[in-house]
Amino acid sequence: MNVHKVLDAKGLACPMPIVKTRKEIKSMNTGEILEVQATDKGSLKDFQAWAKSSGHELLDINETNDVLTFHIKKGE
Amino acid sequence: MSEQKKTNIILFSGDYDKAMAAYIIANGAAAYDHEVTIFHTFWGLNALRKDEPIQVKKNLLEKAFGKIMPRGPEKMGLSNMNFMGIGPKLIKKVMKKHNAMPLSDLIEMAEEQEINLIACTMTMDLLGLDKIELRESTEYAGVAAYLAEAEDGAVNMFI
Repeated sequence: MNVHKVLDAKGLACPMPIVKTRKEIKSMNTGEILEVQATDKGSLKDFQAWAKSSGHELLDINETNDVLTFHIKKGE
Repeated sequence: MSEQKKTNIILFSGDYDKAMAAYIIANGAAAYDHEVTIFHTFWGLNALRKDEPIQVKKNLLEKAFGKIMPRGPEKMGLSNMNFMGIGPKLIKKVMKKHNAMPLSDLIEMAEEQEINLIACTMTMDLLGLDKIELRESTEYAGVAAYLAEAEDGAVNMFI
């Protein structure tokens, strides 16, 4: 996978992971991939819901040592 | 993406915890690309107050209100377990530990995300609050402005 940008949202609490992700993805081009690392447990459901609603594609989710890693492909 | 959705929140409460909930939802909604508006009325207006004392000509009652009411978000009390002001100190300690943003930071984040912060002018008059006592970003309106936003809002809530 070709990751264009990495956002470290580890340690941040709700709503910051989503707020920062949105900010980051706004600065990217359609089709580019953003990697987000988060430790907020709510972000698992949050990112699924957010991607669905905002038109971006959540490619995969990984969980290792309490760190959630998301890959998001920017939509139109 | 389809047409931009709207989230409208009426913040009536002047409690720190309730205002936090309102601002977390507002910031989240902005991240959902909603157009977000928070209408501050009654005690909720205190969230918009600047924290320094400001010289304004007021009558006796208005002066008393101004003194008793919290000057800005970080002076607000909790809706539960306030314990004469010890509660907020404790909760802020816990929030720091869990990296939760204090209310004042959430309000700044809201401004950064271009959330509309509106003060209800009728209740400002009742509580004797002047425009210069509130944040620079504050806009002023009444019930009609709220309804205009709310009638095609996707999310509407009263806190």
